[in-house]
Amino acid sequence: MNPAELHSLAEQERQRQKEQALRLFLCYSTPCLSAGADKVKSALEALIAERRKSGEVDLELVATGCMGPCSRGPLLRILSPEGGERMFEKLTPETACDILRRHWADEPPPVEPLAVDLPFFSRQTRIVLDNSGWIDPEKIEQSIARGAYGALAYVLREMNPEEVCNTIKSSGLRGRGGGGYPTGVKWELVRKSPAERKFVVANGDEGDPGAYMDRTIMESDPHRVLEGMAIAGYATGAEQGYIYVRGEYPLAAARLSRAIKDAERKGLLGSRILESNFNFRIDLRVGAGAFVCGEETALMTSIMGRRGQPVPRPPYPAQSGLWGYPTLINNVETFANVAPILKNGAEWFSGFGTEKSKGTKVFALCGEVVNSGLIEVHMGIRLREIVFDIGGGLPDGGAFKAAQTGGPSGGCIPAAHLDTPVDYESLKELGSMMGSGGLIVMNQGSCMPDVAKFFMEFCQDESCGKCVPCRVGTVEMHEILTRITNGAAVLEDLEMLEDLCRLVQESSLCGLGMTAPNPVLNTLEYFRDEYLAHIRDRRCPAEVCRLDKVPLLKLPEHARELAIFLKEKC
Amino acid sequence: MTTSVAAGRPNQDRQGENPRLQLLEKSLKKFHYQQDALIEVLHIAQETFGHLDEEILDYVSLRLRLPPSWVFGVATFYNFFSLDPQGDHVCVVCMGTACYVKGAGEIVARIEQAFSMKAGETTPDGKLTLMAARCLGNCSLAPMLTLDGEVLGKQTPEATLAAIQEKMRLVQARQEDTK
Repeated sequence: MNPAELHSLAEQERQRQKEQALRLFLCYSTPCLSAGADKVKSALEALIAERRKSGEVDLELVATGCMGPCSRGPLLRILSPEGGERMFEKLTPETACDILRRHWADEPPPVEPLAVDLPFFSRQTRIVLDNSGWIDPEKIEQSIARGAYGALAYVLREMNPEEVCNTIKSSGLRGRGGGGYPTGVKWELVRKSPAERKFVVANGDEGDPGAYMDRTIMESDPHRVLEGMAIAGYATGAEQGYIYVRGEYPLAAARLSRAIKDAERKGLLGSRILESNFNFRIDLRVGAGAFVCGEETALMTSIMGRRGQPVPRPPYPAQSGLWGYPTLINNVETFANVAPILKNGAEWFSGFGTEKSKGTKVFALCGEVVNSGLIEVHMGIRLREIVFDIGGGLPDGGAFKAAQTGGPSGGCIPAAHLDTPVDYESLKELGSMMGSGGLIVMNQGSCMPDVAKFFMEFCQDESCGKCVPCRVGTVEMHEILTRITNGAAVLEDLEMLEDLCRLVQESSLCGLGMTAPNPVLNTLEYFRDEYLAHIRDRRCPAEVCRLDKVPLLKLPEHARELAIFLKEKC
Repeated sequence: MTTSVAAGRPNQDRQGENPRLQLLEKSLKKFHYQQDALIEVLHIAQETFGHLDEEILDYVSLRLRLPPSWVFGVATFYNFFSLDPQGDHVCVVCMGTACYVKGAGEIVARIEQAFSMKAGETTPDGKLTLMAARCLGNCSLAPMLTLDGEVLGKQTPEATLAAIQEKMRLVQARQEDTK
């Protein structure tokens, strides 16, 4: 395929869509599927087929990626050619069919559609999720009709690798995996590394509990990620890419592998892409359930088929990565930002966001909020706007206590800091971090020492065990936190806990260990009185921990017999 | 079969008898017996056999020319691979932050209590395997779990126990019918 053919294919598809009397978009991503979208789809399909027999209907049912408000799924959007758009929530197969029947009969729908000006939609800025919810991710034509691979065609024809790197650099895009390293600088480093082979890796191993942005991007718009990777390949001089998907995301892996095949068949990946001299292959790698594989060096060892254990840096992957060759690793969301930047220019992109954090960020908003789901907001938005405007506040009149960001590497932001702008620097100042973008709202029913214990248990389980501070430190910290939540701790324990946190932070080998103490330190800073209540008053203010049922002295398993023996004798 | 696998000649004599081994061999071939593909091969092996026992790991190590300790090391490192067969029913409770905050810990505790087992174990009669997952990414349905692959959202301990017992009762009724 050459650029002209790409253009005409897009035109053709757009024309076809315009000719449809009606287009139905059914959200078909994981959350809606588990809420029953598949049943809605088969019911609608049966109804359409029945109607089609009589030969009077010209409509299309599109199974799309995520539309956003996951807690309201399954979602259906009806779009008529005049541009009239209505969206329905919490559908059952019956109501969905009823809606369609009444639409044909020109009657008002049986249920009220969602308000068009819902702040959940109107307060968002969608760059990454622009196509999500509007295309069938398994049909490459629909992606192309919305401009997919257009940026790649432009780059291959008009720009040299150096210019591409410079555009990314001046756009101010930073890594969306959490660290926030300037993407353009990283690309430039790989481009300048002399080597006969180079690699591009997309990190889709999103292990943070409470985060599912990467999965949604891969599920809803796989071609956007592939295009970003191909552009990165051109800019850095790589001919081979890997996309590493978490094992728990089978749907994302299936859609990606389909997308790769489709793109290869159309000559948009593979050799001589778009009839240029550029070759780029992408292979899919499926992870097998290890949080540490989200760390770049561990991810690379896992791609090479080994235990996913990190290796010390430097040398950084940009100098020596996969099989010792220079490797560019970016998060899936970072790659999803690439095509719009090159299509619209660096200046357009840097118009969004704050001075140091440009663009938008996708968050998975969940926990105690009315509208939970996937949102994309511009950097620098106040946390209050996210929780109360977009999220719709807390259900049942609950009071906001904290928002947890950044997963086990992040921390909790208390109510006093609700007006903090959400960007890399401000979050870091609060002892939290952007992370990959999980945002969990908690109300008064959450006990902070218990939350810290939860994250420490996570890190203890997921530590790969290679370095001692992380392997032993997380276990010890978990022990102390267990004692605190059991009501068996003394004040010295708190001191020891803080000491341990600093030690693990400073001496661990990789990001997992370095950031594991963050939730503890952060909750100690903002919610110290809760820790003290547990230790001093043996009381849990949130009434989560059961302090009364646990004895102060807990005997180990092997000492129990001895205790019984002593009791009998004495 | 053990002897033939240990002797490294599964190709000629035993493979024809075991279609599942054939499937594994096919995928090995697809990856050109490349050592880098170990994790992919183990994925396929687990999919076909249900779990990875010693024999399968041996077989893979022979075909990929990797030391058995290497293969075993990889298989035990990743949570996804299971070296023991699973129970008739598999209950995976999501323990992501959102689910935990909304009380998933309570659900696990209640199941553990009811079946006197620990998370990650299978009951001695092989009926139920209980697992705690690190975020299944369905945070809007928190607390959620999957029972035999079916997603159950917004759960309470009582509802979960009832669902498990209902599954067991159904299977038992079916078994009695066939008798």
